[in-house]
Amino acid sequence: MTQADIRAVVLATLQSIAPEVETDALSGDRPLRNQVDLDSMDWLNFLLGLNKQLKVEIPEADYRKLVTLDDVVAYLQAKVG
Amino acid sequence: MIEFKLPSLGADMDEGTLLEWRVKPGDAVKKGQVIAVVDTAKAAVDIECWQDGTIVELLAEVGQKMPVGTVMATLLEAGEKSLPSLPASLPQGERGGSQLPSPLAGEGLRERGNAPAQRRMISPAARKHAAEKGVDLDSLTGSGPHGAVILADVETAAAQGAAAASRPAVAATTEVPSAEKGAARIAAMRQAIATAMARSKREIPHYYVSEDIPLARALAWLQTANSQRSMAERLLPAVLLLKAVAVTLRGYPELNGWWRDGSFVTAERSNPGVAISLRQGGLIAPALLDAGSKPLTQLMQELTDLVQRARAGSLRSSELTDGTITVTNLGDQGTQTVFGVIYPPQVALVGFGRIVERPWAEDGGLKVLPVVTASLAADHRVSDGHRGALFLRELAELLQHPEELDKEAS
Repeated sequence: MTQADIRAVVLATLQSIAPEVETDALSGDRPLRNQVDLDSMDWLNFLLGLNKQLKVEIPEADYRKLVTLDDVVAYLQAKVG
Repeated sequence: MIEFKLPSLGADMDEGTLLEWRVKPGDAVKKGQVIAVVDTAKAAVDIECWQDGTIVELLAEVGQKMPVGTVMATLLEAGEKSLPSLPASLPQGERGGSQLPSPLAGEGLRERGNAPAQRRMISPAARKHAAEKGVDLDSLTGSGPHGAVILADVETAAAQGAAAASRPAVAATTEVPSAEKGAARIAAMRQAIATAMARSKREIPHYYVSEDIPLARALAWLQTANSQRSMAERLLPAVLLLKAVAVTLRGYPELNGWWRDGSFVTAERSNPGVAISLRQGGLIAPALLDAGSKPLTQLMQELTDLVQRARAGSLRSSELTDGTITVTNLGDQGTQTVFGVIYPPQVALVGFGRIVERPWAEDGGLKVLPVVTASLAADHRVSDGHRGALFLRELAELLQHPEELDKEAS
């Protein structure tokens, strides 16, 4: 999968959790949860959605690496290979 | 003959609009079975029957807006013979005893699966989506379990419909009313919250206490537990907090129940209402029934399901009537402290702020620990600050033994 493919999956998953989000307006290098109102349950569901679609296991210990949209995409790409 | 009246679904709900009957005259119904769907300011609610019986007549019509207490249908009690001479609609009165669904009608959770075969099964998400998109549910073939119409069916039909119709015209005619409807719903929700909260502040003499609770042990326990679980089974700290509240309440019956008709009624079990913020604004606090006796894994599943259904606007009547206390959890995007407004007729509300690392003095030393501030707002007509403080201290103590909270049944 290309980086663009992964980014598309991430944004689609985000939108399924927070339908009001305008994905074009998101900055990739700012903390995602400062831009989108995601509570801990939303966050878990977001990661779970990524887990289902990309078959990537995301240990809880790795949550701290996933701050910005770019972080999430890079993390997933490294895992998907 | 029993009169089935529209139950009150909370202090902020005084009327509802019938969306759908799920039964017809002659149907046998079981306690906890969903017999109708009623739209309220906050959500579409599956109305559950509070006892076994047989439907005689459906009096309310689909689309009818009615105040709480309106007789919607008449039923024969189990074993009761039909009396053809009796007028179908009895005068309003004290007949039939309490018209509220029985507390703890948690059977609804399980009854759903074995509904009568002739009933069309439509998932609440599908129903909501169909209403938004103007899809006729009767025209759909369900692809879910037992032929149930599920969200995917509606999405497919909506996509086909949109493709078939001439686009600009459809977009122009469907989008405007739906936006207007959304605005009207938000206004109705604000009004409902205003009514309930104004009543609370007018009638309930609140007192407040709070306690900082160290969570190092609880979070370490959770981390270990989660490292052995699949992603889908991971537990959130919120679940641990909810369970701890429900278990601690056993020793504090004066915080768990309802103020009704000038006196306090203790609830047998604790059903914490979970305050859930809705994306379009406003909030709703459906109950997690009997949270104290459920294992954490099950509670987590039920909480996930409850949040999803609350946001999809589809809840069961027992979830809106059976809450015995409210728990509001600001979570990791919130502030450190919250003091809540009690949701009448309940008499207490527990608030949790954001879990943050703070300096913590203990045994003459200073450490840095994750800490949560728990607060209690309670009704001074029923309890005093002394007991409220003891409750929070006991809650704090229980959270130092997280393994105790994971016992299968306690």
